[in-house]
Order: sequence, then structure tokens, then C-alpha cells
Amino acid sequence: MTMPTPENPATAAVSCRGLVKRYPDVLAVAGIDLDVWPGECFGLLGPNGAGKTTTVEMLEGLTTPDGGEITLLGAQWGKGRDRELRQQIGAALQETKLSEKLTVRETVRLFRSFYDQGRDVDEVLELAGLEEKRTARVGKLSGGQKQRLALACALVGSPKLLFLDEPSTGLDPQARLRVWEIVEQFKQQGGTVILTTHYMEEATRLCDRVAIIDHGKVIAQESPAALIASLGARQIVAFSADGELPAEALAALTGVRGVQRQDESWVLSVDRASETLPAVLAELTSRRLQMHSLTTHQATLEDVFVHLTGRGLRDQ
Amino acid sequence: MELTRARILEFVREPEAVFWVFVFPVLMAVALGIAFRSQNGGRTSVALLDSGPVAARAELEQKLRASPLIELRVLDEETAALALRKTRVEVVVAVDANAAAPTEGEPPALTYRYDGARAEGRAARLLVDDVVQRAWGRADTVNARDENAPRRGARYIDFLIPGLIGLNLMGSGLWGIGFSVVIARTNKLLKRLAATPMRRSDYLLSIALSRLLFLGLEVLAIAGAGRLLFGVQVAGSILALGLVSLVGALSFGGIGLMVAARPRTVEAVSGWMNLVQLPMWLLSGTFFSYERFPEFALPLIRALPLTALNDALRGIMNDGMSLASLWAPLLVLLAWGLTGFAVAVKFFRWQ
Repeated sequence: MTMPTPENPATAAVSCRGLVKRYPDVLAVAGIDLDVWPGECFGLLGPNGAGKTTTVEMLEGLTTPDGGEITLLGAQWGKGRDRELRQQIGAALQETKLSEKLTVRETVRLFRSFYDQGRDVDEVLELAGLEEKRTARVGKLSGGQKQRLALACALVGSPKLLFLDEPSTGLDPQARLRVWEIVEQFKQQGGTVILTTHYMEEATRLCDRVAIIDHGKVIAQESPAALIASLGARQIVAFSADGELPAEALAALTGVRGVQRQDESWVLSVDRASETLPAVLAELTSRRLQMHSLTTHQATLEDVFVHLTGRGLRDQ
Repeated sequence: MELTRARILEFVREPEAVFWVFVFPVLMAVALGIAFRSQNGGRTSVALLDSGPVAARAELEQKLRASPLIELRVLDEETAALALRKTRVEVVVAVDANAAAPTEGEPPALTYRYDGARAEGRAARLLVDDVVQRAWGRADTVNARDENAPRRGARYIDFLIPGLIGLNLMGSGLWGIGFSVVIARTNKLLKRLAATPMRRSDYLLSIALSRLLFLGLEVLAIAGAGRLLFGVQVAGSILALGLVSLVGALSFGGIGLMVAARPRTVEAVSGWMNLVQLPMWLLSGTFFSYERFPEFALPLIRALPLTALNDALRGIMNDGMSLASLWAPLLVLLAWGLTGFAVAVKFFRWQ
């Protein structure tokens, strides 16, 4: 699948080559190459502990890499242009607790004061849907409101580049939707976004391209549609049976494009569930096996991940 | 600056912090002031045992009560022993029971019980003995005149109040900064701030500066309580007192930032804070004069920031010294503050 992307890494908003981060007990990032083009929303997708946050924090200049190169808006960290770079980026980190004693407006105002140029505080509050909460203490906000406040703080410096680390983790669907709308608005105004997530819907809805990360490495990098298409199948049939059966037998069934064993279940990538299911049932019957559980759904990024790693995104 | 403003707002909205910074030291000053005030209007507490020959005891009691310097209580053996142990009385006078009952006008045989290790005990014994001996006719051979001129600023409470101001400046500087920095670190707020173009030294400076606003109130609260309740005067200029407090607060601000530069948890920073403060609690002469420590240790003790601050505060409040003559302790304070700040800027952990 092709995207209208420039070929030259020099025009990238963010690019990194051979990024490595070692912690005493684990190799968190094991050589990552990325190019993020201006105006795109780029997602880092992967399970917890895959190295997404470490990667983003290295890109943000908060963590020093043990190896590799990062170029950000044409500059590098630690070469005397850090403050200039920070003027142009906005960030919402994971698990940041803003001071609970300040009000919403005071908090945004504080962050505004760090930037030479930026947006009007009240305008950003309105954008984040917090105008009614402006005088409320941060400690009294709901999870969704806190997350929107974090976004407001990230946007108040009118950044060119926005980093969001798990922007909607722990939020209910409605709150998540509001966060997405804010990010989409930023994108519409030409901003570049790098976000990490382990929600497929989030990546599918917001991201122009995603990199799937596992064990500190990029295992796939494409648009969500292209990744799903790479399965060569549009539907997924997952079931479990009360006995052993060989993968080859399943692979030979009508319309099966891929077979994966995930824990106790079989996961089949198929063209059409309605065609394959009768064949599966017939196969089980011929082997005198009973089917225990069965689900079918449209193929998603999650299935891509399962296909690539043999594990679910939320395992571990 | 916005950062300082935010820090001040955070503090004011923390009612407990306000209590510990303002109310606690004042309560402490009041409690200690009352405990160490000159008791009984300066009279010495003496107990007379209610045993022994009746007539001799009655005469002795009458003679002791006649002295304006003695506050006399008649107690039984057990109560008297307890009162002596708790220093509710300084000396217990007993009329010896086995002595033959003296005839009218003849001196009785007495025993003084007191704690010879206490200066008050020794003084009380001398006083009682003097009263008794004169009452039974000892004549003074040397003509001596008393000039009792109690100097202002020489009472224990006068010594204590500047010490409490110093101690409070140290405590609020270290705890106030230590906790808020470490909590911001565990909340990853420091990391978030590090991702903005904020100048990192600005942040540290704002923390130190935000303490200064309360400094005036802290000093005023303790000095005011001392003045109102115990009549503790400021002999020197108020301006000098303010400046010394300012230098002291900045100094402990710098030290607080240094201590809070690395720890990741509140428990860890508490340990470090206590470690830093303990020697100063003991050595810096807040509750008693550090001159009691051996000669060789004095230069080291004077190099401690709290010692320097206490010396400077006492110099101004008790002795009315000028700022210029307090250059040595002020220099010590500045050196600690600047070193602390520089170390903090260099080694501060933002995540």
C-alpha cells in the first residue's frame, strides 16, 4: 500500500535511526527506525512494555538514547537548541499528575507562561471543552477532564509537533471520543502528532500510519488499512475445541488465509466467515471434537498484531 | 513570575501546611515560654517536711515564711520526695527527728535535701541556709549591697525566641521544599515540566522564592507571640532582623533543594532531611547555648547554617548588633545557600 509520503528523511518532522535504550535489566528499545512526515498522525502501537513510552520519551528529549540518532524539526537534542525545540513541541505524558491545588485555568496559564508564543488560555480551554471547569481545582476533575487538561497544557504553546503517550487509557468511551476530537482538530490545522496506544480503534481512527512495536522493535510500519489488508483476509474466526487438531488441517479449509494458535484458541484469518465456518464444524465432527467457544469479527489491527506475534495486544 | 505564583497558591490551599508553618512554632514558643518562665514571681520553691518535733517545726516554718524570697510548702515525706524529683521544689528541709527537742529559741538540727547537680538546687540550698542562719542570729560581718538589675534579653525566653525563629526557618525551608519537590517528581510533574521550554533553574528559583513570601509572616508570628506573651523585645533594628531572616530562608531554601535534588520517594527525602537537620537540632544552640560544647568543636558548630542563623538572630534581637558586625554568620549562610542551589541545579533529577 502506498502513501503520498516524501522519500527524503530530511523533510521528516521526526526521524530516528537505530534508536537503542538499555535499562539495567532489559533492552527496552532495540534499534528503532522511524520517519514521521509533517502533518501526519503517527501511531506507535504495541502491548505494555513493548518500548513505546521509552521511544516517545527519547524523541521528546526527556530520555537520552544509548544509541542511534534523532532528528526533530531539523534539529537534534543536546546541541544547544533544546529550548528552541521545546518551544515547538507539546506533550502529554503518561501518568502525569498536575498540581491538584491549582485551578484548571491557573494550570493552563502556568504552562502558557513557559512559551514565547502560544495561544490564548481561554481559547485553549474552550477547545478542550473545559471552559465550564476553568475555576475548578484540578484535584476535583474526572479522569476524562484531567486528560483534556493535559491536552490543553500540551496545546497552549501552539506546537508544531504533539506527543501523546496513551492519551485515552483508562477513559470511558465518551471521554475517549472527546479526546479524539481534540486531536483531530489539531491535525486539521496542519499539526503533526505522534501518539502511543494499545487501542486498535484509536489507532485506526486517528493515525495515518502506525508502527507496531514489540520487544523494542518495529515489526510492521504501514497505514492501518494497509496493515489489515496485509492479512489478506477480511474476517476472523476464533474458536477453541476440546482436543488437539493439526494446524495444517485448518489451513487447508475453504477460504483460510492464516492460522494462529493463541493460548487455547485457534485464530483463523478468512475471506468470509460464512464460508469457512461450516468447513470448520465439519472438520471438528470428523475428528469427534466439540467446539467450545466461537467468535467472528471483521479483521482489525489487533488481528494484525496477533498474526505477527502470536499474542494478543493486551496479554502480558 | 508565574511559577512562583503557582507555588504560592498551592501552598495557601494546603491548610495543614499553613498550620505547621505558622501555628506550630507559635504554640511551641508559648509552651516552652510558660515552662521556663520565672516561677512564683522569682521566689524559690522550698518544702518543709511535716515530721519531726512539732514546736521546732512550727518555729522554722514561721521563720521561712517570713522570707519574701521563699515559697514554702509543708509536705509529707513521700510527696516531698516526688516534688523534689520533679523539681516542683528545689530543696526539702527536714527537722531531724532523733535530735532532742530543742528548747524555745534554740536552733533545731536540720537536713537539706537538694539536687547538687542542678544550679537551681545549689542556689536554693544557699538561700534557705542563709535565711535559717540569720533567723537564729548569725550576724553578717561584711557589709554588702545588692544591685539587682535584671537585664532585658537575658531571660531564657529571650534566648529561646530567636532560636525558634531560626529552627522554624530551617524546618519550613527543608520540609516545605523537600516534600513538594519529591511529590512533583513522583507525580511525574517534573518530567512534564522538563518537556516544556521552561528554564530549569527558573523552576528551582521559584521554589526558593515562594518560601520568601511566608518568611515575613513566619518571623512575625513567632516574634509577635514572644512580644505579646512574654515581652520579648527586638533590641536591634527590625530591618536587620528582616534581612537576616531573608538570608537565612534563602540559605535553607538552597539546602532544601540540594537535599531534594535526587530522592525519588517521600520516605527517602524524609530520611535525608532528618539526617541534615539532626546535627543542627543538637548542636546549633536553639534550646541551649552551644558554648557548652568543647572548645575544639566550636568552629565546626559555627559553620553550621542554623548556628549562623541563630547567632545572627540573637545578635540582633538580644544584643542589638548591626548587620555589619554580623558579617561572619551571614557569610556562612550565603555560602550554604549558594552551594546548595548550585548543587541542586547540577544534579537535579527531573524524572
